Amino acid sequence: MSRFLIPAAIFLALAGVLYVGVVHSPNKSTMQSALLGKTVPAFTLPVLGSPGMTLANSQLAGRPWVLNVWGTWCVACREEHAALLDIAKQNALPLVGLNWKDEDDAALDWLKQLGNPYTVVAVDRDGRTAIDFGVYGAPETFFIDAQGRVQYRHVGAMTPEVWQREFLSRLPRGGLP
Amino acid sequence: MIPELGHFALILALILAAAQAFFGIFGAARGDARWQAVVRPAVAGQFVLVSTAIGALVHAFVTFDFSVLYVASNSNSALPTFYRVAALWGAHEGSLLLWAWILAAWTLAVAVASRNLPASFASRVMGVLGFVSFGFLLFTVATSNPFERIIPSPADGRDLNPVLQDPALAIHPPILYMGYVGFAVAFSFACAAMLEGKLDATWARWTRPWTTMAWAFLSVGIALGSWWAYYELGWGGYWFWDPVENASFMPWLVGTALIHSLAATEKRGVFKSWTLLLAILAFSLSLLGTFLVRSGVLTSVHSFAADPTRGLFILGFLIVVIGGALTLYAWRAPMLKSPAGFEGTAREAFLLYNNIFLVVAAGMVFVGTLAPLIADALSITPLSVGSPYFDALFPMLMLPLGALVAVGIHAAWKRGQLGNHRRRILVGFGVAALLGLAIVYGVYGAGKPLTPVGMVLGIWIILSSLIDPIDRLRRRLTLPRAIVGMTLAHIGLGVGIVAISTVESYSVERDAAIAPGESLALGRYAYRFDSIKEIEGPNYDGVRAEVTVLRDGVPVTVLHPERRNYWVQRSTLTEAGIASRWNMDMFVALSKDVGGGRWSVRAQLRPLIDWVWLSAALMALGGVLAVTDRRYRARVTAREPAVSQGSAAEAT
Repeated sequence: MSRFLIPAAIFLALAGVLYVGVVHSPNKSTMQSALLGKTVPAFTLPVLGSPGMTLANSQLAGRPWVLNVWGTWCVACREEHAALLDIAKQNALPLVGLNWKDEDDAALDWLKQLGNPYTVVAVDRDGRTAIDFGVYGAPETFFIDAQGRVQYRHVGAMTPEVWQREFLSRLPRGGLP
Repeated sequence: MIPELGHFALILALILAAAQAFFGIFGAARGDARWQAVVRPAVAGQFVLVSTAIGALVHAFVTFDFSVLYVASNSNSALPTFYRVAALWGAHEGSLLLWAWILAAWTLAVAVASRNLPASFASRVMGVLGFVSFGFLLFTVATSNPFERIIPSPADGRDLNPVLQDPALAIHPPILYMGYVGFAVAFSFACAAMLEGKLDATWARWTRPWTTMAWAFLSVGIALGSWWAYYELGWGGYWFWDPVENASFMPWLVGTALIHSLAATEKRGVFKSWTLLLAILAFSLSLLGTFLVRSGVLTSVHSFAADPTRGLFILGFLIVVIGGALTLYAWRAPMLKSPAGFEGTAREAFLLYNNIFLVVAAGMVFVGTLAPLIADALSITPLSVGSPYFDALFPMLMLPLGALVAVGIHAAWKRGQLGNHRRRILVGFGVAALLGLAIVYGVYGAGKPLTPVGMVLGIWIILSSLIDPIDRLRRRLTLPRAIVGMTLAHIGLGVGIVAISTVESYSVERDAAIAPGESLALGRYAYRFDSIKEIEGPNYDGVRAEVTVLRDGVPVTVLHPERRNYWVQRSTLTEAGIASRWNMDMFVALSKDVGGGRWSVRAQLRPLIDWVWLSAALMALGGVLAVTDRRYRARVTAREPAVSQGSAAEAT
């Protein structure tokens, strides 16, 4: 009999994993990044809406910043957009957009329609940079400290609570240098 | 009013499903004929009621009833009628309703076709199906009511997601669901056999046509999805190992294993407990696919809104259905003995190898798909795996399987007697090797290392499949549809391996920005950008280019790629311009206006890519032919001889 219980046992273990996946959403949305504590992957990408200009990670060094991966094809990005606009108003951190596997026209249109929360938007058309960041799906948001190290990764739509709890709290006391 | 009627019909259907499950299972357990007599009317009633609900929702879509939230969210007054009907399954709630309806239809078919089965067995089968249906209807009514009103009603709807506004994708979900849900029938037969405690080979015989039919639908459904991704997403590929694609591929792999192991169980009475397990597994993976797509556990381009309540409900349902079935299995399977021994080169053995490779492949896809989730739950370094993982591992499993197919086709039951067929096998391989290598190095030139292997194997499988039918014809033996079907499906596999080996190795593509009048060279071919003009559709506007393809300077075809801006959802979609020849596709997708009259375009030549879908079509056609074989049709009119023949086969 015991031999025939193996499938049921395997299934039970799997159900446990799925349960954690569904219920433990904080755990899911902070999906540990292999990059945590490591230096951001180097990139030099075109800037959305400014032909000829590029943005490199080195230009952002020296102060903390936030990278938000988005695309016009992504439904959850539309969901988090209002939260991002509010966040932008606080002016606490530079919010860098990474427009992932998208069309420039569609992206520009989107920002015109919905408002632009980003300090600057880098274009990752072929998705290389997102791969370097280990992005699994949009939206994802990274906190990068002044030394250029990834300190936090949030998977899924940004909310004011997450922003307060996980991003603002990571700023050095006394605000920006 | 009519939407409320639909909602009410759905609730009544839920109650009937409960009755069907209860009286079906317990009526058989008590041997109470009056209880069992409730089951068939309940099945029929449920089908009528769920159809009423579907009709009510279609009515709301067709009459622009934007006071229904689901209609307002998924259609628009400018949306053409065809897509307003297809919008029914454009999002979560309607997809579930479609699921329930297809299940009701399959159950009705079982109710009609099972009149010749023992009453208690048929009653249990429909009881289990009723239980599955109950779960889905409860899920729909409790968490995902498609008839919810929105007051005040908006003036117009938010429109159907533009990526779904395409003929292939409009019919893709129903066909895919026909496959997914069809495995529920195999699952119910397995559960009924375990409940009944009669696990001889007869249940395998009864299940086979249902399983094969579901598998054929699933094959077509997957191929349609892949074809759509090819011409609509504008990337020019046919498979991306996306979690949602994988969710449909896993049940297909296990379903393929199941139809082979059912054959061995029916004919030789071997692998009985393994076949039961596969029947449970195939449907479990279908349910898991639904769970993955609907719960938002995995992020994917395909997933609709994530909702933890829904995820929990499906998970609870999974635990009851799959956990219940596996417990039943643990209880009943030890009673089984596989009496007949067989040699390592017998047909049984080859079917066993086939099963091992297919199930391992499904496991590999499973691990790859759920890796982020499992790593997260175990709090180890998370990894998300992408196509490099799948592209590296999948051929490693499929190519040996291909070789086993090419040899195994010749093996006889019980004793392989491969020795008698040594000449056929060797000659087949020799011809395939000559032909394959000639094509690879003569026509295309050296490609990736696995290309010649795949090409030779694919051709070898096709030749091997043809030998037996040709031999039968030469000896003036009858050629039953079952054999024609099997042959076609195996040829389909060979065609698929040839096609994938070729397209993966010899596709040429180039991205460039060109202005009208300029050309883009691609080997012997050139893509000449002739003109571009503005167009307007019913609910979008956009541009349409004219691109002439020249071969050695001679025009061969004209392509019309488009870019469409859908007004309501403000999204831009690419409609690739594709010309298909028997041996390759010429593909061009229009990307964007880079200014100065120049457009960035992606031009491709993809040899044999259509053969990938041809392969799926051949497999599905083979499945359908096998199902319509005389012995299944004969069973309806003369059950007795067929059944005794079945048990006689088992006794040998």
